Amino acid sequence: MSFKIERIPAPLWARPLIPLMAIVLTFVLTATLILLANANPLDAYYYFLIDPLSSRVSAIEVLVKATPLLLTGAAVTFAFVGGYWNIGVEGQLYAGATAATAIGIHMQNVSAWIAIPLMLIGGFVAGMLWALVPALMKVKLAIDEVVTTLLLNSVALFMVSALLNGPWRNPISQWPQSPDIAATAIFPKLIPRSRLHLGFILALVIIVILWFVLTKTAFGLKMRAVGLSPHAAQFAGINVQQTMLISALVSGGIGGIAGVSEIAGIHYHLIDAISPGYGYTGIIIATLGTLNAWGVALAALFIGLIDTGAQTVSRALGVPTYLGDVIQAALLLVTLGMLLLQRYRITRTRSES
Amino acid sequence: MIEAAFVTFLVGLLGATLRVATPLLFATIGELYTERSGVLNLGIEGIMFLGAFVGFAIAAKSAEAELAGYLWLGLGGAIVVGLIMGLLMAFFSVTLGVNQHVAGLGITLLSTGLALFGFRMIFGQSSVLPSIEPFAQLSIFGDLPILGPIFEQYLLTYVAFIVLLPLAWWLLYRTNYGLELRSVGENPEAADAAGVNVFRVRYITLALGAALMAIGGAFLSLAQLGAFSPGIIAGRGWVCIALVIFAKWDPIRAMWGALLFGGVFALQLRLQLLDLVDIPFEFFLALPYLVTIAALALAGRNVAYPGAYLKAYRRE
Repeated sequence: MSFKIERIPAPLWARPLIPLMAIVLTFVLTATLILLANANPLDAYYYFLIDPLSSRVSAIEVLVKATPLLLTGAAVTFAFVGGYWNIGVEGQLYAGATAATAIGIHMQNVSAWIAIPLMLIGGFVAGMLWALVPALMKVKLAIDEVVTTLLLNSVALFMVSALLNGPWRNPISQWPQSPDIAATAIFPKLIPRSRLHLGFILALVIIVILWFVLTKTAFGLKMRAVGLSPHAAQFAGINVQQTMLISALVSGGIGGIAGVSEIAGIHYHLIDAISPGYGYTGIIIATLGTLNAWGVALAALFIGLIDTGAQTVSRALGVPTYLGDVIQAALLLVTLGMLLLQRYRITRTRSES
Repeated sequence: MIEAAFVTFLVGLLGATLRVATPLLFATIGELYTERSGVLNLGIEGIMFLGAFVGFAIAAKSAEAELAGYLWLGLGGAIVVGLIMGLLMAFFSVTLGVNQHVAGLGITLLSTGLALFGFRMIFGQSSVLPSIEPFAQLSIFGDLPILGPIFEQYLLTYVAFIVLLPLAWWLLYRTNYGLELRSVGENPEAADAAGVNVFRVRYITLALGAALMAIGGAFLSLAQLGAFSPGIIAGRGWVCIALVIFAKWDPIRAMWGALLFGGVFALQLRLQLLDLVDIPFEFFLALPYLVTIAALALAGRNVAYPGAYLKAYRRE
């Protein structure tokens, strides 16, 4: 008896099951680490998945954690669907955060109705500009965008560090931390005495727009055609360069909004640790969500749950919070492998001997 | 007087340049080999990090048990974990043939998470970073007047420049394996037709490449610092990705790139201490990235990526 891989697409009803199967397999694989930490995996999964949802405070915290992830997940999805491998959302987030800070600290005596839209526009444009050079190099010179967008992430971090050690250094504490943005530039809270802020609503709106553009517009159709096969799209009369450029720039813009949201919603000033890698987590979310807007929303909420749960597990069982990072990375790899089941099927064949 | 001070400054700078370039050279050669076989391994940043951690953890525990060659045990451990992560990357990129960017980033995230998890498990959350007595510097020409300090280097630095680099060049251009490696990276269909086992060559190359990345990371924890901290790699893996392109996939040019970066980095540290120039030091740190992007833009369509770069090979 042997195994054979056949190229047979999975039936439509089975496709949403693949990420679920990936989650189960990931939990089985990571159980080893929990055992190494002298904890019971089932207890750990209870604290990861159930406990954060059992109290109002921690359930709200899941939404707070999911906010930047919804945005970076949407940003990555918008680029990946259009066949543009934007690995630079992390840098675009920092560019947006920098612009939001630059605008926000000058908004004293300005109404929130002006300050907040200005910051959002500034962040979007900054993210787009940070994405512009690699995008132009891709469409005009056919230079692989993965390396260029990735390298600009490090450059963005150095830029922020230069600002925080230079012109924005706090004159009193000498901490590398920018001055606070004006009170009117701070996002309003959605629920009093919680950290949940306007950014969450913004993120949901962007998810809905993402769904609409990808599935209901002619441009979305063009993007998907370019993503599937640039040559075929060109042949069908689609302007591939223009389509790819727009998806790259809008992706960068959404990444910039993620930066604005973290500044105006959580930190109120710029620090160099504004993102623990949300841009990279966005790639996990886009993959897990199978580049589908609702899938991305669910994936972001799920990763937000894992992030919150990692702290609960750590408090309750003494397992290091980094377990959450390991689970997320393993989930990405397992999903990536299992998504092949969408196109291939492993069948058993009797050997002829 | 001023001349003497300048010579001391220059000698110190050259010595530091070689030290900074060492981990970059190991990892860049590893990535270069990997890419020549047609696979981009973005796991490099995480594999260096995991190599630094595993090397340090094994060395620290072996030192506690009073084992004599504890540093070598650490280095051996780093090599083994590098091989494992290389094989994992090969499983995804060669056997499954999934998207290499996403798989590579997955390897980086996984390696980083595992290293931090392991660090917290083994060393707890103390405020003092654990440390070990690191590799000593050799002083082969230590008695040499003036220039002596340049040669005060770690054994691994000598290995990188005198053993690894010529070996990497010879293996790539003068051996059967090198020919197979280049052929599967340029045109796997033709290589397959000529009887080369594309999968096997890529598996071997990815494992070897990742082992070199792990050695690069372990150099930092076992030689240069004698400690491990979450910021130990700090983007050096991404620098190596840039250096491979800058080197046009050639080992000798990779050495010049690593030395150039090492020089700029060492100079930046010294200028920062002297507080002479008004340019923020971050500008110098960002320079290798900006230079690579500019070089790519200038070369434009003439950038000679390996022919099968980013393409999975499937026998239809």
